[in-house]
Amino acid sequence: MKHLRSLTAMALGAALLGSTAPLSLAATPDNMLVIANRIDDMKTFDPAESFEFAGADVSRNVYEKLVNFDPMDLEAGYQPQVAESWELSEDGKTITFTIADGHVFSTGNPVTAEDVAFSLQRAVKLNKTPSFILTQFGFTPENVEEMVKVTGENTVEVTLDKPYALSFVLNCLTATIGGIVDKTAAMENEVDGDMGSEWLRTNTAGSGPYKVASYKPNESVMLDLNPNYHGETPAMERVVVQHIQESATQRLMLERGDIDVARNLSPEDVAGLDGVEGVKVVDELRGRLMYFSANQKVEMLADPKVLEALKYAVDYQGMADSFLTGQYTVHQAFLPKTFLGALEDQPYSYDMDKAKAALAESGFPDCGPIKISVRDAQDRMDIGQSLQNTWGQLGCDVELIVGTGAQTLDRYRAREHDVYLGAWGPDYPDPNTNAATFAENPDNSDEAGNTGYLTWRNAWDIPEMSQKTQAAVVENDTEKRAEMYREIQAEHQQTGPFGVMFQQIEQNAMDESVENFVAGGATTAVSYWVITK
Amino acid sequence: MTSTETHAPRRQIMPKWLKRVLGTAATISVTLLGLLFVTFMIGRVMPIDPVLAVVGERASQAQYDAVYQELGLDKPLLVQFGIYITDVLQGDFGRSIRTGMPVSDDIARVFPATLELATLGTLLGVFLGVPLGVIAAVKRGSWIDQTARLVGLVGYSMPIFWLGLMGLLVFYGILGWVAGPGRVDIFYDGIVEPITGMLLLDSALRGEWDVFRNAFSHIVLPACLLGYFSLAYISRMTRSFMLEQLSSEYITTARVKGLSEWHVIWRHAFRNIRIQLITVIALSYANLLEGSVLTEIIFAWPGIGSYITVSLLANDMNAVLGGTVVIGVIFVGLNLFSDLLYRFFDPRSK
Repeated sequence: MKHLRSLTAMALGAALLGSTAPLSLAATPDNMLVIANRIDDMKTFDPAESFEFAGADVSRNVYEKLVNFDPMDLEAGYQPQVAESWELSEDGKTITFTIADGHVFSTGNPVTAEDVAFSLQRAVKLNKTPSFILTQFGFTPENVEEMVKVTGENTVEVTLDKPYALSFVLNCLTATIGGIVDKTAAMENEVDGDMGSEWLRTNTAGSGPYKVASYKPNESVMLDLNPNYHGETPAMERVVVQHIQESATQRLMLERGDIDVARNLSPEDVAGLDGVEGVKVVDELRGRLMYFSANQKVEMLADPKVLEALKYAVDYQGMADSFLTGQYTVHQAFLPKTFLGALEDQPYSYDMDKAKAALAESGFPDCGPIKISVRDAQDRMDIGQSLQNTWGQLGCDVELIVGTGAQTLDRYRAREHDVYLGAWGPDYPDPNTNAATFAENPDNSDEAGNTGYLTWRNAWDIPEMSQKTQAAVVENDTEKRAEMYREIQAEHQQTGPFGVMFQQIEQNAMDESVENFVAGGATTAVSYWVITK
Repeated sequence: MTSTETHAPRRQIMPKWLKRVLGTAATISVTLLGLLFVTFMIGRVMPIDPVLAVVGERASQAQYDAVYQELGLDKPLLVQFGIYITDVLQGDFGRSIRTGMPVSDDIARVFPATLELATLGTLLGVFLGVPLGVIAAVKRGSWIDQTARLVGLVGYSMPIFWLGLMGLLVFYGILGWVAGPGRVDIFYDGIVEPITGMLLLDSALRGEWDVFRNAFSHIVLPACLLGYFSLAYISRMTRSFMLEQLSSEYITTARVKGLSEWHVIWRHAFRNIRIQLITVIALSYANLLEGSVLTEIIFAWPGIGSYITVSLLANDMNAVLGGTVVIGVIFVGLNLFSDLLYRFFDPRSK
């Protein structure tokens, strides 16, 4: 069905290109931004639980955090927001935040130190999926009230289980789970001890520039201005995000002027917009990586020379220039470009001579059967077919095992794959988010069940590299920390069973009047409050 | 020896109509129960982990285990099914993993959208398809017949999503005659307080004629598309039924008796195909109610077809089961309705 739909989308694209009749253009109001996006992954607005892309987009515009990114200068890193300043104790374990005056929730209540402590405690106590971002600092539902507490009228003290790099802690607090919730509103709507979780699923109580005015699952979400927002009033007084599944439909609506931004256009539709008057396409590098990984339980794939051969026998640039054009760029390290310490070296390029030479030196000169687990998404199947072709030239008998996302993930987590072709996006904007999963494996035994570590899923036992990764996360000298990550990545590229291939480029098409549309880069989500048109 | 005992006529313990009602109710219950059982079991034995669908890829083992217990997956399958049925009987279909909302709320939101669309589509199909089929049969071999057959053939063979996208391109994109995807323009969204959930009906009932016009402009294209497919099926079946009747001896007799052609066609032949047509129309309606997934996706129409499909792909089994119950009830309900109409139109079945 997806194949046919893609073909149809292409047919429509061709028809659009071929049509000479101009599309009559309407326009959305100047103070309203209308976006077409796929929002069917949106489950909740509660920052303690929200962990999906569409949810993060809403959260970033609704909830403020202790520290946050400036959308107009993402490279500057975290900046003060609800916390006007912070201080690290001498032992490096306690951070004292001073809460700024003047921040007010959309409910009318002022943002206090009590709200800050409550929000962080609540996220740990509720123990939802993203809670690991906070619990990695040693917080538990039992101890969090002691570890995160109000110590003065406008101060909150956060005590960690051991010293960490301050940048690591603050980067984690910029994640969605760091959103500050109005304690009064949440507790007024508490049901059966859920700390307002059910209410916050579809309602918001934040101090950010917007509040959710209406939400229809799989249909639309509408944001209106937070009348109490302390900052400059955003130009877009209302933001509407409509769920439009089909790329071709998004394109048509954009060309008709019924939407301002189309966020899920296929490469064909993006190409189709070339030269269309009144529409522009803005490229932005995001944090998602596309990689393959080889299960080290499979004897042949545990041979370093076989891995080297497989890495050389990938047509990186060919794929990036053909079916992935505009959507992905070649990148071969586990930290996305723009992350602290990201390594931009690309040691591998498509070279069949080197690949064959490496294979000849391995214990498996004739290669052998390789099953690639790949989910039924078009881009991944295309990459899988390319690998099947080039690895086939090495003499490998490659079979694609296509399944739904859940099916392939099941096999991957159970360590039942040969090669897994997948994508990975950072959970929070700190290098440790990827380092801790690509380059750390605390216990490789089956019994450990460390499914959260990609290293474990691939049965890659790396005690020394794990130590290096753990050392990097506590290094307080930022430049030294960055260098440590670069070294780990270089080693990872050479020895790891991972072949990182691409980094995502997000192509957002929009009306040419739309300015300052920042999707969030590799580190955060979209920011509506700076947009003008 | 002859028996002198005489049997008193057995007392009718239960009136015949009550027996029939109870029998029908039992059949419906067993059908729905069977449908639920099969869907439930398929969901449980599929090689997909429902816990992962809830907690996501990054969850810790502790979070995974907690949800595993919470979903009751540690219990035997039959016990799980028993618990599910008990909840369903209390109106609790569980919570959708994907939307985070109670499934009953989701269905209450998406079903009226599909009902509105499918009803309009079926009405178009019936009002155009039946006369076309009759005329095609009467004028067999004529250009009208050929046209009707071509319409039917195209309707059968053209992929609906292609036709939908082309319809959007031409009538929305180029000509601008109709509104785009979605049920209503964002400017009108939320103006009408829902009564039935069907926007056209609700806006009319509330007297919000601007919203009505806008909603009509949005629904007209997908409804025409579905109507076309419905028309193709209904006209083809009508033609076939009519041809059979028109070749019958009683029709020849009627013509010999000098009855007008109009009388022969509509009062004799058509009268006898009504029962078959009811089944065809009911089936077509039921198919549009559950099978218009692609139309819903292309037109960003938040209906039950796409709800079930997307839920199935996300392994959101509560949503799939809830949707299955609704679709099951629709099929059973339409069958029942057809039966009642049979009895009304055909005295023999009374």
